[in-house]
Amino acid sequence: MDKSIKILIVDDFATMRKVIRNLLKQSGYENIVEAEDGVNALKILKSQKIDFIVSDWNMPNMSGLELLKAVRADEDLKTLPFLMVTAEALQENVVAAVKAGVSNYIVKPFTSETLDEKIKKIMEKM
Amino acid sequence: MNVKFINPFLEGTTSVLSTMAFISPRAGKPYLKKDSMAVGDISGIIGLTGAARGSLALSFSKGCILKIVSNMLGEEINEINGDIKDAVGELTNMVSGVARKKLEAEGLNVTAAIPTVVSGPSHSIVHVLGGPSIIIPFEIDEGPFVVDICLSDGT
Repeated sequence: MDKSIKILIVDDFATMRKVIRNLLKQSGYENIVEAEDGVNALKILKSQKIDFIVSDWNMPNMSGLELLKAVRADEDLKTLPFLMVTAEALQENVVAAVKAGVSNYIVKPFTSETLDEKIKKIMEKM
Repeated sequence: MNVKFINPFLEGTTSVLSTMAFISPRAGKPYLKKDSMAVGDISGIIGLTGAARGSLALSFSKGCILKIVSNMLGEEINEINGDIKDAVGELTNMVSGVARKKLEAEGLNVTAAIPTVVSGPSHSIVHVLGGPSIIIPFEIDEGPFVVDICLSDGT
């Protein structure tokens, strides 16, 4: 598994971005960029090559689901691996994310091992 | 308040802290709280609606939250700053999420609002429903914190 992939973390809480960054680093992922919402995430995605997206579900301006739909609708971005982070895995939300083309989701709280496993499984299918 | 709400929030708290901060808090005996004065130095509050209605608060002593967030970030934090306030909101959100998943398994669908964080000496926690709340006290080596629940399912 190539741990040099460039990962975009999207979350409106700076601290949660730091926590996820810390968890990724524990598993050997060092190439990380951050965005505080879906709008800024899209700007980053259009301006540099990102290999993987880890996005929070609940964000102002543009939610994780809205970001996912925007990514899947974009010709250049539509095949990007997208892992949704949520504090709840309510059935209706899971269904909505799957319908929108999410690669997988991960429920908070999670360990670095769980996060790494999710990323590996998604990348193996690429 | 129905005591069936206690376990999901107790389990949610221990699950979140052990997973995210590598801390195993020790739970004490729950008790009834009748005033709105916060127990800790910084608190996160989240409103809940649906099959159960009310609010959840987590209230941390300074030493306790500094240790928790330091562990979460992998760096030492010595003062209550923006990272701490963000983390309190996120911890409240996560505990709420885990507890709500457990309540969902019991047929109680509950949704949560966005948490707010309050801090400072003598700050208050005013629950949506008013009235007394149930306190689940916890402690870690660096200090205490509480889970403060005021929920009703209408029964």
